[in-house]
Amino acid sequence: MNAWGGIKAIMKRELGGYFTSPIAYVFLVIFLLLTGFFTFTVGNFFERGEASLVSFFTWHPWLYLFLVPAVGMRLWSEERRLGTMELLLTMPIATWQAIVGKFLASWLFLALALLLTFPVVLTVNYLGDPDNGIIVAGYVGSLLLAGSYLAISCMTSALTRNQVISFILSVMICLFLILAGYTPVTDLLVRWANPVLVDVIAAFSVMTHFEGFQRGVLDARDTVFFLSVIGFALFTTGVIIRNQRAG
Amino acid sequence: MIKVENLSKAFGSKLAVNDISFNLERGEVLGFLGPNGAGKSTTMRMVTGFIPPTAGKITVGGFDMLENPIPAKRQFGYLPENAPGYGDMTVQGFLNFSAELRGIQGDARRKAVNHAVELCFLESVMYQSIDTLSKGYKHRTCLAQSLIHDPAILILDEPTDGLDPNQKHEVRNLIKRMGENKAIVFSTHILEEVEATCSRVIIIDRGRIVANGTPQELKARSVYAGAVHLRAKGVPAAMLTEQLAQVRGAAKAEVIREYDGLVEARVYADKAAANPNLTRDVAEMAAQKHWEIDELHTEEGRLDEVFRSITLPDTVTEAA
Ligand SMILES: Nc1ncnc2c1ncn2[C@@H]1O[C@H](COP(=O)(O)OP(=O)(O)OP(=O)(O)O)[C@@H](O)[C@H]1O
Ligand SMILES: [Mg+2]
Repeated sequence: MNAWGGIKAIMKRELGGYFTSPIAYVFLVIFLLLTGFFTFTVGNFFERGEASLVSFFTWHPWLYLFLVPAVGMRLWSEERRLGTMELLLTMPIATWQAIVGKFLASWLFLALALLLTFPVVLTVNYLGDPDNGIIVAGYVGSLLLAGSYLAISCMTSALTRNQVISFILSVMICLFLILAGYTPVTDLLVRWANPVLVDVIAAFSVMTHFEGFQRGVLDARDTVFFLSVIGFALFTTGVIIRNQRAG
Repeated sequence: MIKVENLSKAFGSKLAVNDISFNLERGEVLGFLGPNGAGKSTTMRMVTGFIPPTAGKITVGGFDMLENPIPAKRQFGYLPENAPGYGDMTVQGFLNFSAELRGIQGDARRKAVNHAVELCFLESVMYQSIDTLSKGYKHRTCLAQSLIHDPAILILDEPTDGLDPNQKHEVRNLIKRMGENKAIVFSTHILEEVEATCSRVIIIDRGRIVANGTPQELKARSVYAGAVHLRAKGVPAAMLTEQLAQVRGAAKAEVIREYDGLVEARVYADKAAANPNLTRDVAEMAAQKHWEIDELHTEEGRLDEVFRSITLPDTVTEAA
């Protein structure tokens, strides 16, 4: 069996797991309601008078802050709580295949949630004449952002069998990744710290890198940043799992 | 097919498994016995590659578990302790998933799942989610998972735990039947199970192997092994035991109980001065003294007594 076979089997199970329980539907409804609320009410979509989805994408880092850890928190903690980890890791697949399979399944699920926001795109196209290239870039950025948060939740869920702890930990890490480059915070920081240092810290923030996508600028460095976060977090997940097995 | 050499596992400062070595060949059924916390599950977890050993070498089906884990893991089916399963899946979904992870696809998968379902009597719960299964069915579902690819090696951690007497019987027969052309190792706390199914027994205590042999060999270590049990009528108990103790090769004689004018007694064999005809000599004495004997037989020894004598703290050093 090639590597992909194992990953596919795990993805299939994981995705199936979402849809046999009400979690998936509850999540999708909450996600769509919240994106709608932020875009149209808090984001002043109509009052802006411009044909763009700025008010839609601006909120994604904050929205994902709670929603993505809610999806990711159970990935490994549940596996440990049920003891199925012992089954999974004694199957003839490598641990990384299980990690990647689980991650991809959840990412696919988040992509589906994002895809279901298409009425926003239709609305803005109906009302005006937006640059759809920018919108596509925004979606790509949003997906990468969600993937980064997800990989971090994956990592924290490997740390503990308690889903609540796993959730709180990943919210904290993601919050840090937002605040490090959130303009109100960086403005505050420059008052006491060396501006170069502030810039360095901000370079680690998802805000800094998500911004380009929102403006329709596809910078390879931003993509590399998000992919590195994903890669690093998944790699760390593997290390955590290996250390735990060692006892 | 399984070769374990000098395996040890430390959790912090606690040595859960301490220098265990054993071999398992095709056609053997090996029983793991030992008190709670002895290290049976830990050993199995290391053999299946779930936890890495602190020291030692494990070879499964010719592959080194530490250096070549994936081919090694293809060789066996494993039933972990407490038979875990994904609660939200149906029995069928779960078995399909295990088959896919083992690279079984399409028509072969359907056949494999059906076969495992038949072996473990799961037809009636095929479409039920694992969460809603009773403990025994859950256990059998996980057992089915371990059989799905018809592995040459089976590693089963308490396979009959939580099963009803009929199912226990079925699973024992299954193990015995499969043991003819597979290599099977399983742990249990039920000693009759060992006698009924195992070709070899290993007793583990506090991380060490304290006994390794066939069930018969182990039973022969019992103080009851070779003892003569008899029931006589109308003989004063004191006189009976006094006379019996003088039979050649008898260590001592004791009264087990007295009722309705009957005396039940046991003559222990003196293992040093082994007398192979102890029972016959007792019968002869009874005939000479004109005792009325209701019952007379040689005892085989009892595994539970052997188990207790070698795993109890104060006797463990002497037995090992
Ligand atoms: N992950 C772990 N961390 C620390 N100690 C552990 C861990 N796993 C097992 N142990 C300890 O190792 C020892 C052996 O445990 P193990 O589960 O192997 O026993 P067992 O023989 O299977 O017992 P039982 O008959 O109760 O199933 C126990 O003292 C247990 O507390
Ligand atoms: Mg155990």
